[in-house]
Amino acid sequence: MLLITCPYCGPRPELEFSHGGEAHIARPEKPSELSIEDWTQYLYLRANPKGLHAERWRHLHGCARFFNALRDTTTDQFVATYKAGEPRPTGGAA
Amino acid sequence: MQKFSALELFRQGLSGQSGWRPQWRNPEPKAAYDAVIIGGGGHGLGAAYYLAKQHGLRNIAVLEKGWLGGGNTGRNTTIIRSNYLFDESAALYDHALKLWEGLSQDLNYNVMFSQRGVLMLAHTVHDVQVFKRHVHANRANGVDNEWLSAEEAKAFCPPLNIQPNMRYPVLGGALQRRGGTARHDAVAWGYARAADALGVDIIENCEVTAIRRNAAGAVEAVETTRGVIKTPKIGVSAAGHTSVVLGMAGVRLPLESYPLQALVSEPIKPVFPCVVMSNTIHAYISQSDKGELVIGAGTDVYTSYTQRGGLHINQHTLEAICELFPMFRRMRMLRNWGGIVDVTPDRSPIIAKTSVPGLYVNCGWGTGGFKATPGAAHTLAWTIAKDEPHPINAPFTIERFRDGFLIDEAAAAAVAH
Amino acid sequence: MNAPFRTAAGGRHDRGRPVSFSFDGKTYQGFAGDTLASALLANGVCLMGRSFKYHRPRGVIAAGSDEPNALVSVQRDAARYAPNLRATQVELYEGLSSESQNRWPSLAFDVGSVNNLASPFIPAGFYYKTFMWPRKAWDRFYEPNIRAAAGLGRSPTEADPDRYLNRYAHCEVLVVGGGPAGLAAALAAAQGGGRVILADEQTELGGSLLSATDATIDGKPSDDWLAETLASLAALPNVTLLKRATAFGYFAHNMIGVTERLTDHLAAPNAATPRERLWNIRAKQVVLAAGSIERPLVFPDNDRPGILLADAARTYLNRYGVKPGKRVVVATGHDGAYRAALDLHRAGVEIAAIADLRPNPTGPLVEAARAAGLPIRPACAITGTSGGLRVITARLSPIKGAGQVGPAQIVPCDAVLMSGGFTPSVHLFSQSRGKLRWDQDLLTYLPDQSAEQERSAGACRGRFGLAEALADGFAAGAAASGAEVSRTFAVEALEGDPRGVIGALPHDRGVNAKAFVDWQNDVTTKDLKLAVREGFQSIEHIKRYTTTGMATDQGKTSNLNALGVVADVLHKPIPEVGLTTFRMPYTPVTFGALAGLARGDLFDPVRATPIHDWAAEQGAVFEDVSLWKRARYFPRGSEDMEAAVRRECVSVRAGCGIFDASTLGKIEVVGPDAAEFMNRMYVNAWTKLGVGKCRYGVLCREDGFVTDDGVVGRIAKDRFHVTTTTGGAPRVLGMMEDYLQTEWPDLNVWLTSTTEQWAVIALQGPNARRILEGLVEGIDLSPEALPHMSLAEGRIRGVPTRLFRVSFSGELGFEINVAADHGRAVWEAVWAAGQPHGLTPYGTETMHVLRAEKGFIIVGQETDGTATPDDVGLTWAVGKAKPDFVGKRSLARPAMSEPDRKQLVGLYTDDGAVVLEEGAQIVATAGQTPPMRLIGHVTSSYYSAVLGRSIALAMVSGGRARLGESLYSPSPVGDIPVKVVPTVFYDPEGARVNG
Repeated sequence: MLLITCPYCGPRPELEFSHGGEAHIARPEKPSELSIEDWTQYLYLRANPKGLHAERWRHLHGCARFFNALRDTTTDQFVATYKAGEPRPTGGAA
Repeated sequence: MQKFSALELFRQGLSGQSGWRPQWRNPEPKAAYDAVIIGGGGHGLGAAYYLAKQHGLRNIAVLEKGWLGGGNTGRNTTIIRSNYLFDESAALYDHALKLWEGLSQDLNYNVMFSQRGVLMLAHTVHDVQVFKRHVHANRANGVDNEWLSAEEAKAFCPPLNIQPNMRYPVLGGALQRRGGTARHDAVAWGYARAADALGVDIIENCEVTAIRRNAAGAVEAVETTRGVIKTPKIGVSAAGHTSVVLGMAGVRLPLESYPLQALVSEPIKPVFPCVVMSNTIHAYISQSDKGELVIGAGTDVYTSYTQRGGLHINQHTLEAICELFPMFRRMRMLRNWGGIVDVTPDRSPIIAKTSVPGLYVNCGWGTGGFKATPGAAHTLAWTIAKDEPHPINAPFTIERFRDGFLIDEAAAAAVAH
Repeated sequence: MNAPFRTAAGGRHDRGRPVSFSFDGKTYQGFAGDTLASALLANGVCLMGRSFKYHRPRGVIAAGSDEPNALVSVQRDAARYAPNLRATQVELYEGLSSESQNRWPSLAFDVGSVNNLASPFIPAGFYYKTFMWPRKAWDRFYEPNIRAAAGLGRSPTEADPDRYLNRYAHCEVLVVGGGPAGLAAALAAAQGGGRVILADEQTELGGSLLSATDATIDGKPSDDWLAETLASLAALPNVTLLKRATAFGYFAHNMIGVTERLTDHLAAPNAATPRERLWNIRAKQVVLAAGSIERPLVFPDNDRPGILLADAARTYLNRYGVKPGKRVVVATGHDGAYRAALDLHRAGVEIAAIADLRPNPTGPLVEAARAAGLPIRPACAITGTSGGLRVITARLSPIKGAGQVGPAQIVPCDAVLMSGGFTPSVHLFSQSRGKLRWDQDLLTYLPDQSAEQERSAGACRGRFGLAEALADGFAAGAAASGAEVSRTFAVEALEGDPRGVIGALPHDRGVNAKAFVDWQNDVTTKDLKLAVREGFQSIEHIKRYTTTGMATDQGKTSNLNALGVVADVLHKPIPEVGLTTFRMPYTPVTFGALAGLARGDLFDPVRATPIHDWAAEQGAVFEDVSLWKRARYFPRGSEDMEAAVRRECVSVRAGCGIFDASTLGKIEVVGPDAAEFMNRMYVNAWTKLGVGKCRYGVLCREDGFVTDDGVVGRIAKDRFHVTTTTGGAPRVLGMMEDYLQTEWPDLNVWLTSTTEQWAVIALQGPNARRILEGLVEGIDLSPEALPHMSLAEGRIRGVPTRLFRVSFSGELGFEINVAADHGRAVWEAVWAAGQPHGLTPYGTETMHVLRAEKGFIIVGQETDGTATPDDVGLTWAVGKAKPDFVGKRSLARPAMSEPDRKQLVGLYTDDGAVVLEEGAQIVATAGQTPPMRLIGHVTSSYYSAVLGRSIALAMVSGGRARLGESLYSPSPVGDIPVKVVPTVFYDPEGARVNG
């Protein structure tokens, strides 16, 4: 069970969180104007990197807030967690 | 190929079993092949076998970065069934099941396919509706599946708890008698041996590091840890690592890779006659030929390539097992392991051409890849050989996500009301 | 007492407390503090088990959790039967009843041992090569027989009544292992002031000190030092000592799983005491002091009862007062065996020979043995043994250069001790994903780079000597805790050379000799060589092909020897052959311990509504819907469900019914931007919905498929009362929060789950208004003031209420929302007021029939995650003018407007008495054989009492264009003809909703 540092509450066990998939995928402002390829990319295509991965977590059974984390998917070690809306910390390839 | 038989075993026994030869060669990679399969699991080895056997491509290689069958082929709970809901899925998995039924003889390798029956339990009124829909759809498609009452389920699987005081009582189940289990390692080895005998080069410890494309964009070579290998056709059967491999050709797919764990108990004398699955309370279990209870857990919630997950996932699984089979509470977990499963948005696989000419992919099997091994391998081989899909894998394209023609088995089963 | 192998004195067991126990039906005596293995050995019982494949007779070879052979079943009572326990870990208690396994009819005479005679023909992996012809024989003959032969013990047959607990713990330093290194680590770590937990798998803390006799620490005998150290640790408030507690798994981020056995050693456990407790320990720092495991020697016939590991023999002698034999041959490639020989010699055991593989053994232990006059044979290999159920001779051969041996000498004996040296226990380190490195000097893998906040200490990182283990442990404990402490330990003990041997010993016994590498799974050097011959090069393949290391001991005694044998055959250095993965758990873990308290009602939380008990009192039958218990129907007398539902349906349409709708999800959407938020989430348009009005809302996922629905009421301009499906509430709230927090944080909206705050009482039927009239205050119930799809706030029986005029039955209907605490009181008030009007309670089944008669869908029943709003006839709900909502773009994809999409239709069977089965398939033409061309399926199907015939809803390809068409539903009794009809079966004009 991972130990996840909520930027609002501090380190908590994974059971308190829900996973929210890849981070930094903004919903298009005007979906109806998007080409089907671009919309498909938004809906389904994910980086799924082997290495550093920016992902979303929600501290569901705590402050209930979404935040982002940078985690190495080859070790599951977190490099950083940060608030939603903040840029991805530098380091690692996407 | 040195034939396997009881007689040969006996003959070899008279000379200390000293006359056996390698089951497959250990060749150095050639400079060029007519086709290269990336991934030496059951799917990749099987694709090479069918390419060689049915499509006459003999100058081909399977490249495996580790050891054969070391990925999900050797890490799953070996359940085989074809009672999927949608016609497209049922056709694909039943194609595989039919191949399973003759596989030991076809490969001259006992893969120990055991048609013990797969019983899927219903615990809610909604489950009953869903499974009855499966039964009706399967039977109309010629796929065996039948409905059992709770008492009939208990008669079929005596250890099952059908007491009404369970938190989620067993209301019945859908039984596919042709379903069962097989010996997972033997599938990889059997395909490897048979493919090798047809001239396929099986190259272990050979990791692909790049895919080269020509001016027209088509594939022309792979770069590996054992040198550059030219090839006009590449089939990718890399399971959890598919995103990584296809990324080398600039292809992105709707895939995410999750840890999936399984475990076995210490071996005991035969006590569990079939396979039992419960989607509602998340557990599946069978007993291996060796006597171990083989138990599958769920995926962890996050993507990972570590091949391990959290203990709480196993705990949750064993809660369900102990609830369904309270007599197993004193049994002990002997061994636990994890694999990496690649999951698509509709939980159905992709067996298709990609946007890159000469590049073909077989992926997205999630938790269900083992059962499909011969079918996936067979249709991937067809697709590579003919540069167009077999009718059975034609619906399993990449474009279905763009166009909205999803084959959503998970959504169909999992929505509560 | 007849215990011929018990010493006269010594040992840590309690000679004042004799204990009787049984093994295979025969009663023996031991002492409190014995293990089953030590007590059996004391009684001269050497034969304790049969091997997995060849059913060879086997004795105990180890004294701890590494034991591969002596597996037994222990039965406390009919419901408490545990198979496959190691006799070396089973603690004696008065009346303990145990039996051997995998033998028939008896342990001494086992018919299965015929496999041993057939062994030349059933080598590793033989089953892959045969049993294929004839095809059918696999299912009927071969496999059942393979299965019957396989397996070890029997499964328990009854539900286990014992309790198991789970707990979480946090600490600054977790020390794994209570031997010298672990104790020293705990001593140091405790001084850091943080919480320290020390866990050890054995019954006593002390590790190797429990078997020591000759060492002193800080001038005291090691026994005394141990006692003082344990007392001082136990007195520290920040230290928790756990014995019988196995750290079995090392998980991400320093989470360690520990299983603590609490009652298995007790003769009469308190029923309230859990049998085991699972600890999930999150540690800031971990010190692994897991010790090491002695390696057997691989030589022909090395598996006879009476052959055991040298240090295990020393443990039996020093800790349990048991002599392994009376005349012993010692075979070794390592100094440690001399320590055992010396101790046995002192206890009066005759040492017939010490066969040392090394040409020039030297060092303090060897010299001590020489001084004691023990017969040392340098450059001597053991090349065989004889004996049936116990070893009676050893065959010793001089080593003549590379792999050759000279003429053998037969030495009579009744026990053989062997030692190849010690293998560090790197299991947990490896599980933590730390990197190992091969040490060519010690011939073992050692911890190299840590992956977690972890450090190894003592024997598990190759610091085998007592002095260095203590120093290493203390330093690790200090570093882990950050305590600035130092301490030296003055140790006096004979220390040996840590180097040993691995792989097979040379012999002259020919190809059919059986030199076992993995005892339990019967894997010999010959099997390993066969695997290599057949082309298996990876150690993982060899493991899987031969099953070496895959037995219940997970290769604790065998893995390194297997590597040695394979490296030898492949002519490769060991690091190039690789190493198999160390898998969780370190030793087997009871399912019950992992499952904990989760059984019955504690398996999953039970959610019950405020009305639940009332319904139960009325005899309602409940169904599980997500976590909720919902009343399904209210049978009267001997009614079955069908009869009850018909009655309930008729009562609602003729008079009035009362229904508990409290399980519906409720979300309060509040804020200046609430309407805009609703516009973006739901397919409907919300801006123009007036305050006090309701609207049926449909929610899609971003892929355009319907995921939830429910009535939404506008309480105020900035406040919506949103209802969801029963199972969908958490998903919908999560989805709303996701969009609100991460896509539209600019919107000024708050979301609150109010599902549990409101009790919801649905009153449906023509008499509904009449029943309510006398109960409500401050609400005008007239159709003009409170028309269909509107709401009003006021009081009912003095309780504040949100009263919705809505109908899921097609009848005049109200849904009374009151605070949950008042739910039952209001329900009972309505119930009482309804008595003169024929008020009838009804459950979910009747609710389903009533809504189906009206063609209302249930999300999850008509929809299955692949249906768009249009597919289920809800195009009218979609706000066409809205520029965007969740799912809108996806609905514009080509597949979403294909004419042959499945669409919701009604079906009438030609014979109104026939009720289709839900899930039944639809075909266009009769008489098809599989595979049929399926064009749809039945989603809902009931007998409608009010219509006097069956009705069904179905999703049919191009269904809306098929109105009036005749189709068929294949069934086991033939094709059932049906006709496509509109989805609204009852009151199509919708007049009844107005009363």
